[in-house]
Amino acid sequence: MYTQGLDQAGKDRRIAAETEELLSAFQRRVDAEEKIEAKDWMPEAYRKTLIRQISQHAHSEIIGMQPEGNWLTRAPSLKRKAILLAKVQDEAGHGLYLYSAAETLGVSRDQMVADLLSGKAKYSSIFNYPTLTWADIGAIGWLVDGAAIMNQIPLCRCSYGPYARAMVRVCKEESFHQRQGFDIMNALCRGTAAQKAMAQDALNRWWWPSLMMFGPNDSESKHSAQSMAWKIKRFSNDELRQKFVDVTVQQADFLGLSVPDPDLRFDEDTGHYKFGEINWQELFDVIAGNGPCNKQRLEKRQKAHSDGAWVREAAQAYASKQSARVAA
Amino acid sequence: MSNDKAVLAYTLRLADNTLILAQRMVELVAAEPELEEELANANFALDYIGQARMLYSYAGELEGKGRSEDDFAFMRDEHEFANLLLVEQPNGHFGDALIRQFLFDAFYVHQLEALARCSDARFREFAARAVKEVRYHLRHCSQWLVRLGDGTQFSHDRVQTSLDDAWRYTGEMFASDETDRAVQDCINGPDLEEIRPLWRRDVEEVISRATLSVPSDDWMASGGKQGRHSEYLGYLLAEMQYLQRSFPGASW
Repeated sequence: MYTQGLDQAGKDRRIAAETEELLSAFQRRVDAEEKIEAKDWMPEAYRKTLIRQISQHAHSEIIGMQPEGNWLTRAPSLKRKAILLAKVQDEAGHGLYLYSAAETLGVSRDQMVADLLSGKAKYSSIFNYPTLTWADIGAIGWLVDGAAIMNQIPLCRCSYGPYARAMVRVCKEESFHQRQGFDIMNALCRGTAAQKAMAQDALNRWWWPSLMMFGPNDSESKHSAQSMAWKIKRFSNDELRQKFVDVTVQQADFLGLSVPDPDLRFDEDTGHYKFGEINWQELFDVIAGNGPCNKQRLEKRQKAHSDGAWVREAAQAYASKQSARVAA
Repeated sequence: MSNDKAVLAYTLRLADNTLILAQRMVELVAAEPELEEELANANFALDYIGQARMLYSYAGELEGKGRSEDDFAFMRDEHEFANLLLVEQPNGHFGDALIRQFLFDAFYVHQLEALARCSDARFREFAARAVKEVRYHLRHCSQWLVRLGDGTQFSHDRVQTSLDDAWRYTGEMFASDETDRAVQDCINGPDLEEIRPLWRRDVEEVISRATLSVPSDDWMASGGKQGRHSEYLGYLLAEMQYLQRSFPGASW
């Protein structure tokens, strides 16, 4: 993948400078579990992979504010409203750290935001599903944040220092998020029949998309091998998905909810739950832009950005006037 | 009006101001012009929700009928809300929302300072904590107002219009009624005539730094404190209260 898409002259020169010696010295550092820092030499493809991954992660946090924000005005109690608002605020904060971590690799936040707004950059497909009831807020915390934690805890040991350090803080907050989601589900499942039905319906809709969050099967995952070698990734998609299923099925049992998978069963031999075939076409469709909310999510982001242009221009103009005044 | 009744009514006015403003701010999540403003807006709204919760709990104790914070927030009708008309006004654009919060906070900060000196221990405790939060909000809003006023010609004109439009809702803050007077008398509560010039001084100072003009004190709207609201509040409550109303008695 070193040469993939690297068709600009500047980049070609940088790639040409990547001698075998440099590359193997870099790999030795990674193998020795040393952290790679922003000013260290790194292969261009390593930099590019990290920029893609960290910026996608940042974008996911920002877009992820929308499905949950959808219930902020309608949260059923003041306590739930405050907790959900704190969670959505954490997500904005995660976006901010992650954009900053990506900036250490030489890409600007403006550029990353422009790529998100133009539709060029991707974000996690899970946020293209709608939050239709209050129980969806519970399901997102429990399942989506639960899946995200499985993915993200290994990233605290990622070879790239700034990303690894950002993830330590992100993971601490995500674990609160996961608990608040489970707590919402628990309250619903201990509540009235209508509340429990709401919880079951949310699980039915969010279960399969949550399993898709781990990405394609290992045999189909195009970036995995190199990312593992670079210690950006520590576990394969299928390993993490299995771990998530094993933990979450037991939590669903505790809640008294049924997982919407007729093929789900515990395998005594392996000690793991076996689950049914994932509808990958659905994931590919959503990634290609054909999910229930892709258009809505992006348009909301674009509108916020364009509605705010005059404010950013005013702040810029004021800052210029101030520097001129100081200089005078 | 008995003293206890007046203190209860006053507590609900304070609580309703913070809750309704917070609800408006929550509508702005994921629509701010910068990521940093997402953090600030959510942070401030969280402060107001926290204040509302403390005040509603106190109101429940004062009333002694077992009503919870959520009963006050979700189970009262429009005419029972006693917030200022200013805080229920729709968000509009960034400048409109900013002016709304600026004008309110510039008043609220003095109201809290006065409550921190009153003879009711619970109000004193509440106000001492809340005033720190609100001073910070006011500083943030003032800085933005100066940037917008002294930014581009477009932003200057736009925020001047926001200020002109919101000004009519400021008179109500100082229009003293039976509840205000009773609270002033019985617990040495805020004197609105004392706060008025302080508010005016602070607001004029920022407006002047922002190169904007102070609007003229023409007609002033009123009624919010007495439960007579603008058309906007009904929609806000319908949205906010919907789950509690749809599933009576459920706990969440």
